[in-house]
Amino acid sequence: MDQFTLNLLVVGATFALYIGIAIWARAGSTSEFYAAGRGVHPVINGMATGADWMSAASFISMAGIISFGGYNTSAYLMGWTGGYVLLAMLIAPYLRKFGKFTVPEFIGDRFYSQTARTVAVICLITASLTYVIGQMTGVGVAFSRFLEVDKTTGLLIGAAIVFFYAVIGGMKGITYTQVAQYVVLILAYTIPAIFISLKLTGNPLPPLGLFSDHVGSGAPILETLNGMLQDLGFTEYTKQTDTTLNMFLFTVSLMIGTAGLPHVIVRFFTVPTVAAARSSAGWALVFIALLYLTAPAVGAMARVNLIDTVYPNGTTEAPLAYEQRPDWVKNWEQTGLLGFDDKNGDGLINYTGSAETNEFSVNRDIITLANPEIANLPGWVIALVAAGGLAAALSTAAGLLMAISSAVSHDLIKSQINPSISEKGELLSARISMAVAIVIATYLGLNPPGFAAQTVALAFGLAASSIFPALLMGIFSTRINNKGAVAGMIAGLLVTLVYIFLHKGWFFIPGTNSFTDADPLLLSIKSTSFGSIGALVNFVVAYVVSNASDEPPVEIRELVESVRIPSGAGTAVDH
Amino acid sequence: MAENSDKNAYWAANKRIIGISLVIWFICSFGFGILLRPMLSGIKVGGTDLGFWFAQQGSILVFLVLIFTYAAKMNKLDKKYGVDE
Repeated sequence: MDQFTLNLLVVGATFALYIGIAIWARAGSTSEFYAAGRGVHPVINGMATGADWMSAASFISMAGIISFGGYNTSAYLMGWTGGYVLLAMLIAPYLRKFGKFTVPEFIGDRFYSQTARTVAVICLITASLTYVIGQMTGVGVAFSRFLEVDKTTGLLIGAAIVFFYAVIGGMKGITYTQVAQYVVLILAYTIPAIFISLKLTGNPLPPLGLFSDHVGSGAPILETLNGMLQDLGFTEYTKQTDTTLNMFLFTVSLMIGTAGLPHVIVRFFTVPTVAAARSSAGWALVFIALLYLTAPAVGAMARVNLIDTVYPNGTTEAPLAYEQRPDWVKNWEQTGLLGFDDKNGDGLINYTGSAETNEFSVNRDIITLANPEIANLPGWVIALVAAGGLAAALSTAAGLLMAISSAVSHDLIKSQINPSISEKGELLSARISMAVAIVIATYLGLNPPGFAAQTVALAFGLAASSIFPALLMGIFSTRINNKGAVAGMIAGLLVTLVYIFLHKGWFFIPGTNSFTDADPLLLSIKSTSFGSIGALVNFVVAYVVSNASDEPPVEIRELVESVRIPSGAGTAVDH
Repeated sequence: MAENSDKNAYWAANKRIIGISLVIWFICSFGFGILLRPMLSGIKVGGTDLGFWFAQQGSILVFLVLIFTYAAKMNKLDKKYGVDE
């Protein structure tokens, strides 16, 4: 069977599975549509959260980012996992106790302010929509490389699948498809990694392999890699080149951004109790850690494999002749993600760390996708990686679309436009919002705006600087009032946005930036790291304004005290 | 649990557990992984130093232990104060 047929079969089988689950898990009430009826087992919710959280960026891009950035990229590993500690202790249990359907709803009720709720809705929609564009383009890339259809067709097929199970099943359908998608994506990620770890280090567990000896050289693999990179004029893999300040702040931003991303928080509304919300955050991290502990091993080993391919006789000998390049190089050259430019005309692939002499350009995104081919793994593994990339992108897209549609139908339509809407009417409007959100996301995926690549800075900046501090203060302080919260959120949001715009261009229009991340405005703080500073501004402003104005009313104090006590979460379901 | 003092004691105990957990959380990620890495560079782990291990692997393992320990401690606390479900 040829590779194309194999890809088609594996991807087709996973898609059939998702559709089957959607038909089985139809949503009949708003509680089922928004919160899967609050009956999801904490382990199952943990698995669904894993798929919800791990996007095309985690699956496709992260190993590549680590592979080419080495130690400096540890911020992603610590930030995107450490946020779950904050979520488990500071956010999820209390919002579950609150017992309603959306994150803006908590902010609006706790700060007795429609303005606060609206600011939260705007942050949520902006962050989620930028994020979802990345998923849609990821679907397009995976389709065009593995199923030989053009990107537009691929994207439309993906959108149709999401449309089907998200509109019919709501949170309930999304939860159970995410569980299936998690299984597909984690198998697709770990199986090639195990093969590669065995081949390079003899250790079948990639996280242990990363710190084991290299089979070829007998020295530890990281030492071998450092040596290879030094020979070729690259920065050593384990060396820090980013400033400590920026790395610290970037990690903070990713962590608090993770704990403030609404599409992740709402997953914890689906479990039956507060205790289940706490343990479910732990299970989510177990399932996420399986990938995040594998990714650094994949990153380092892929780099070794790549250099070994180009320098088959060692980095001190002559590189491979272009004419003798393996098939996988030819395959990926066609996508434009690999390139060769014979600058010195010797017909050899000179891969070096200097811009003048390097002749081999490798796009970071191919590290995960090309890994099985680089390591000569069987065809079914390649097909599985294709299905895994699609599962990662589709599961995150569905979670984001869910957050957007519930914000529109619950926080805008039900709360502000038509409060007397019946449950049936709200369910219908939730489905229509979902359908509209998918159409917009598909359109933006086909015509990505210039800022699509700035997803990390924008989504995490917004969540870190506005939503996370508001939630934290709403739970841990009884003194922060409506004025303080609104002023804090707007201040945090504005300084973060302005800092991002100053470095990335106003509204991401190229050329309108006054600074660059290489030479930033404040010390060495890059725009991607500024969410942490925005959060600090939010806290300070909220504190000062609250203390200068009236205390919150007595019923708000009672609300805060009630979310701090776990008992009664089950009865707070309907409202 | 009707008593206000009980509610306050429960909340104070929760905050204490969170405080201790977050100190460990900070030391094992920001501390060993970033700020203290130069100080730990003498301790070798599999071809590199301890700080690198914490930054790329150790911190994640510590996070896992922290969340499950927190969940277990809170379950006990919930029972003690009669606020479990």
